[in-house]
Amino acid sequence: MTTVARRKTPKSRHAASAPRTARRQGRAFSGSPGEPGRIGWLYTLPALLVYGTFLLWPLARGAQFSLYHWDGLGQATWAGFSNYTATWSDPSLRGAFGHLLVLILFYSVLPCCIAFVLVAAMSRTKIRGLTFFRTVLFLPQVVAMVAVAVAWQWVYSADGPVNTVLGWLHALGLPDWRHGWFGDFTFALPAVGAVGTWVGIGLAMVLFLAGVQKIPRELYEAARIDGAGPFREFFAVTLPGLRRELAVALTLTTIMAIRNFDLIYMATAGGPGDATKVPAYEVYNRTFNTGEVGLGCAIGVTLAVLAFAVTAGVRRLVEGKDA
Amino acid sequence: MPTLTRRGAAAAAAALATLLAAACAPGSSGDKPESKAPAAVSTDVAKAGNVTLTVWDQEVQGGQKKQIEELNKRFEAKYPNVKIKRVSRSFSDLQKTLRLALSGGSPPDVVEANQGYASMAQYVKAGMLLPLDSYDQVYGWRKRYPKGLTDLNSVTQDGKLIGSGNLYGVSLNGEIVGLYYNKEKLAKLGVQPPKSWAEFDQALATAKGKGEVPIAFGNLEKLPAMQLYGVLQDGAADKEAVRKLVFGSGGSWTDAPNVQAAQKLADWSKKGYFTKDANAVKWDDTPVNFAKGDGVFMFGGTWWASELNDKMKDKVGFMVPPPTQAGAPSATMGGESLPWSITSKSKNPDVAAAYINFITSPEAMDVSIETGNLPALAAPSKQPTGPLLKEVSTAWAELSKNDGITPYLDYATPTFADAFGGPLQELVAGRKPADAVMKAAQDDYSAFQKKK
Repeated sequence: MTTVARRKTPKSRHAASAPRTARRQGRAFSGSPGEPGRIGWLYTLPALLVYGTFLLWPLARGAQFSLYHWDGLGQATWAGFSNYTATWSDPSLRGAFGHLLVLILFYSVLPCCIAFVLVAAMSRTKIRGLTFFRTVLFLPQVVAMVAVAVAWQWVYSADGPVNTVLGWLHALGLPDWRHGWFGDFTFALPAVGAVGTWVGIGLAMVLFLAGVQKIPRELYEAARIDGAGPFREFFAVTLPGLRRELAVALTLTTIMAIRNFDLIYMATAGGPGDATKVPAYEVYNRTFNTGEVGLGCAIGVTLAVLAFAVTAGVRRLVEGKDA
Repeated sequence: MPTLTRRGAAAAAAALATLLAAACAPGSSGDKPESKAPAAVSTDVAKAGNVTLTVWDQEVQGGQKKQIEELNKRFEAKYPNVKIKRVSRSFSDLQKTLRLALSGGSPPDVVEANQGYASMAQYVKAGMLLPLDSYDQVYGWRKRYPKGLTDLNSVTQDGKLIGSGNLYGVSLNGEIVGLYYNKEKLAKLGVQPPKSWAEFDQALATAKGKGEVPIAFGNLEKLPAMQLYGVLQDGAADKEAVRKLVFGSGGSWTDAPNVQAAQKLADWSKKGYFTKDANAVKWDDTPVNFAKGDGVFMFGGTWWASELNDKMKDKVGFMVPPPTQAGAPSATMGGESLPWSITSKSKNPDVAAAYINFITSPEAMDVSIETGNLPALAAPSKQPTGPLLKEVSTAWAELSKNDGITPYLDYATPTFADAFGGPLQELVAGRKPADAVMKAAQDDYSAFQKKK
């Protein structure tokens, strides 16, 4: 727990190069003779207290609740691990985890791919007003997710812009692609995913742009002298140079997908049917709507474990073992 | 990983384990509130000294907000020693926060706790609400209200059966789900307000044929389809059977009339009688679309009446959904607004009871009319103004007279909104047949009955 928090904060603030220096300093600190190691803990005490009270304690209580059957009001009864088995055996909950996988694709993989294309384009040619585009693309990241949900509800609505444009296309002789997007069993989940992609691109792009600037110009020159085209150049120079940024972007966007509650809550409430149910929404739904606090907590704990696993996995995969 | 972190993690884990061992299991803090009403009841509010009464309500919409503000003002004027601290939230927000507030140490004195197994029955089972019977002996609520209405606010102490046991709340307003229609459009189509389901079907077909949207319907939230299904069920099934089914004392959701009702809903959807892509349209947008002219008919609660009255003036009409056979008495869903209940930890239950008595008094019924609402009981000296509000009031009187009100279906189980509402969305989308949808409802229902 502590490592993740330690890792996440510096990274998100100063992109990628920070963790390595921070770790080095940390090692030097604990190892160098004469340094009062114990006193060091005292300095962290206030932060630890806050962290413990508002994060570790609720987490632990949540884990404890997940072992009980509890309606949130009366007496709880011991449940053992049955809430956890229910998480996997209930087809609606299992479906929710399936939807999560789809959403990770939309929230994480797709934005990173698109951001790579954008960055590759921006790093090769000089674009006028680059700052403007960068700001515009980053903007979704700044807007509160609830506002995003309301805005997209309108965008997707029966006479919203998406359907209007599709209506024009239809008039031009193309098939009729108009749908009630958030209310359509087939398209609701991809429609939610597309919103996530829209939000994620900006973050990934800003991270990658920062990374590209730190790749030595000489590498590009060398690649060009060797006769590399834009694709070759991207795969030989840009991509390897951006490994750390990619890891950060993947981690952040995946976690965004895992804790994707606000968008679902506002836009679809898990509907139509169960089509856009995700675990994060079910944590809330079971705990507060249907009075299954234990089950809600079990889903929450499962999600937390999943988030840790993904974070660790992405680091291994992208940064390599030494990182 | 540096050893520093590892040691820290171990220390944190140890500390947490110790704390957790000290903390007890959820809900077992040993202070299950004493849910017995006090033996001696005092109705003398003036003698209670300076009291602040905390009241949580969900009266946030236009007329309802005005109504409760006015009543609070009058109560404070009558008893200057009482100050009312009003906390109002939207219906769904109140549902979510109430559970936490009630299980906390100092809950509000008076709350609007929704009827049904998901709310009131659970609160009663946990001992969070005060049984009002001893106050009823003084104030005579059971005498003031028809039995059907007090039954909705009654639960057995174990929370297992709604409709009998102690009284746990009193409601101020009435509400029913009825049929709104656009008078202008009906005239243009040459159609009369339907007197039977056959006539209604005919009217829908005519509307569709002339390029109108027959029924304005938005079902993004799953709940609207459940209400529409309920109306159809009241047409197909016996009202007594519906009541028994919802309150868990007999019958099955897969009984033939119940499946027929679902089939009818599916047919209507298939024939294109609903707003296009109904599952993508918000519930709150339904009356807005209807007022704009998208829709000849609309099923909806009386809670929309005051808004539609303002927007459509004399263009809109309201009626009880037509009976299966012309002339037969019809039934529909409804009942009363959320009941006002006293929490068992309230420090001033006597004052709270006096407050509840005041806001459900004949005087309050007058205020309800004045603010454009539908009072649960006939107002002694006021008449509704505006043609729509008059029609609503007539419909309510008619139903009250022939005992034609059935309970909302989401009272049936705590998970019914999802377990039945979700499949109903599939029914509307034409993805699931009627019998499969009703089986899904029955599965959730019997699972709950077994657990109860």
